[in-house]
Amino acid sequence: MNIVVLVKQVPDSGSERTLDPADNTVARGSADNVLNEIDEYALEEALQLKEAQGGEVTILTVGPDSAADAIRKGLSMGADRAVHVTDEAIHGSDAVQTSAVLAAALGQLEYDLVLCGAEATDSQMSVMPALLAERLGLPQLSGARKLTVDGGVAKVERQTDGGYWALEAPLPAIVSTWDTINEPRYPSFKGIMAAKKKPVEKKTLADLGIDPGTVGAGSATSEVLDFTGRPPKGEGVKVVDEGDGGAKLVDYLAGQKIV
Amino acid sequence: MAEVLVLVEGNPAGGGVRKITLEALTAARALGEPSAVVAGAPGSAAEAREQLAEYGAAKVYVAESDDIENFLVAPKAEVLAQLVADRSPAAVVIPSSPEGKEVAARLAVKTGSGFLTDVTEIAPDGTATQTAFAGATIVHSRVTAGTPIYTVRGNSVTPTPAPAAAAEETVTVQLSDAAKAARVVDRVVEQKSSRPELTEAAIVVSGGRGVASAENFSVIEGLADSLGAAVGASRAAVDSGFYPHTFQVGQTGKTVSPQLYIAVGISGAIQHRAGMQTSKTIVAVNKDPEAPIFELADFGIVGDLNTVVPAATELITARK
Ligand SMILES: Cc1cc2nc3c(=O)[nH]c(=O)nc-3n(C[C@H](O)[C@H](O)[C@H](O)COP(=O)(O)OP(=O)(O)OC[C@H]3O[C@@H](n4cnc5c(N)ncnc54)[C@H](O)[C@@H]3O)c2cc1C
Ligand SMILES: Nc1ncnc2c1ncn2[C@@H]1O[C@H](COP(=O)(O)O)[C@@H](O)[C@H]1O
Repeated sequence: MNIVVLVKQVPDSGSERTLDPADNTVARGSADNVLNEIDEYALEEALQLKEAQGGEVTILTVGPDSAADAIRKGLSMGADRAVHVTDEAIHGSDAVQTSAVLAAALGQLEYDLVLCGAEATDSQMSVMPALLAERLGLPQLSGARKLTVDGGVAKVERQTDGGYWALEAPLPAIVSTWDTINEPRYPSFKGIMAAKKKPVEKKTLADLGIDPGTVGAGSATSEVLDFTGRPPKGEGVKVVDEGDGGAKLVDYLAGQKIV
Repeated sequence: MAEVLVLVEGNPAGGGVRKITLEALTAARALGEPSAVVAGAPGSAAEAREQLAEYGAAKVYVAESDDIENFLVAPKAEVLAQLVADRSPAAVVIPSSPEGKEVAARLAVKTGSGFLTDVTEIAPDGTATQTAFAGATIVHSRVTAGTPIYTVRGNSVTPTPAPAAAAEETVTVQLSDAAKAARVVDRVVEQKSSRPELTEAAIVVSGGRGVASAENFSVIEGLADSLGAAVGASRAAVDSGFYPHTFQVGQTGKTVSPQLYIAVGISGAIQHRAGMQTSKTIVAVNKDPEAPIFELADFGIVGDLNTVVPAATELITARK
């Protein structure tokens, strides 16, 4: 079974992030850039499927040159090869445009399954699987906490409020995974060494047959007009419990007319 | 007045619509006259109509078919795309649930439009307010292509009544094969709770690793129940098996924006803040005076949760 895993490089969600005032896009210089954490779960799921059923795992990313680090991490976890779509013209693209680039790149690959993370920590949109399913006519099995693939059919437990929905579709399909689905492995020393020799194919928009005029900020379907930091909260009150902490808490709530 | 389509999200527990639908209707009124779109199993519109009329739906498009429920997301996007083609609305407004965002995405591709997710406000000129980076940044944005599509984040707009006709119009549902690709075989409810739904609750009391055990979460539940609140948990509490994952608040859990958020035994990691820092009032109980959660808190108590919280619960209960 051949699996393509979509991974994205994002600014580390554990550090302070901001937009770039020059063009209102995500400022990649302001924080460490890492492999989107949830994408590791998608990759782990792909690796487990490959170990059980054979086939190849290909990483696909659309992003700047620096995204090579995220690809390297995925290869050292155990993916076989990678495709890196990178082109100056893509900078400033919105989700709709990025999905067109990913769809074109997927069109040049052979796969039974596409796996991706349920949410990128920078956009927090959780829409890429839906966008790609729509563009490629693939069944959308998104938000998985469990995946089984058997006899050409994929079954997913889609995580919901208070439970799950059991979903089912024939392959090829696109599945997105939450961090409840598995526990991603750490790259081993051997894996890190092996990654250096694995093939990474770079593609430009021309390679994908995409007109550069259809991507980037110039033809985006939405635009950020301005941004500001959330105004700092007024200094809060901090009291130390001296046996009266519970009472002080209730006094505060009463002052706020909550109790 | 311009027509604005508003997708209705029914109450999964049955009876009426989710509060987030009323918020979407309220937000949509900034742009024009809302037409509610009920896309669901037969009988869905009958359950929703009264509330839709109360909250400003001039029309209700009724698209009912079992296939809409039997297949994931795609059927709803197809129904909306058909209405967008037929009615040329000024905009489409959708509740920002996981499903709502996915419907918006598919609709954007189908109609060649832009879409904005998790908006907290829509201005009459179509400009939307969003928060980025876990609430740390406030962004104004707008759609520049096609029919603007917005998903409205829960608890960001106060639903206000505006009685309207809610005149029903039946929509014939003809789904393509592509829309019937991912079948919903079963919907399983694992946790039934008598407490308010986490994302809709006015008060949320959350426990973290400091609660120390599953049994001890009764301390959190006790305070929550005295306040009529929902219970939340940090990822560390969930990963340690103290509380079910459904209740996780944060970047990979639920985003909540209640009137009052009480964080108990939670350090305040950036991924936790991601899910709660737009709460109106934040209270923290933590024994470590240096815990980062205090930077966010309007009111903080440095102390042991095992003494502070039960004492507070008792006093609140006594006041009733
Ligand atoms: C990709 C990714 C996604 C994540 N998503 C989320 C998410 O959605 N939600 C989330 O919450 N986290 C998330 N995290 C994890 C996050 O980084 C933190 O690890 C987590 O929030 C810590 O939870 P905690 O505050 O309960 O635990 P800790 O950081 O261990 O804090 C426990 C706190 O309890 C206090 N305490 C202990 N005992 C007592 C007592 N008796 N009385 C009072 N106080 C006491 C301690 O002083 C301490 O401050 C994510 C991390 C990653 C990498
Ligand atoms: N530029 C990209 N390149 C590759 N994969 C991506 C890209 N953007 C998003 N994805 C994938 O889509 C998932 C959901 O992203 P989002 O819809 O932006 O929250 C991510 O977890 C990735 O797996």
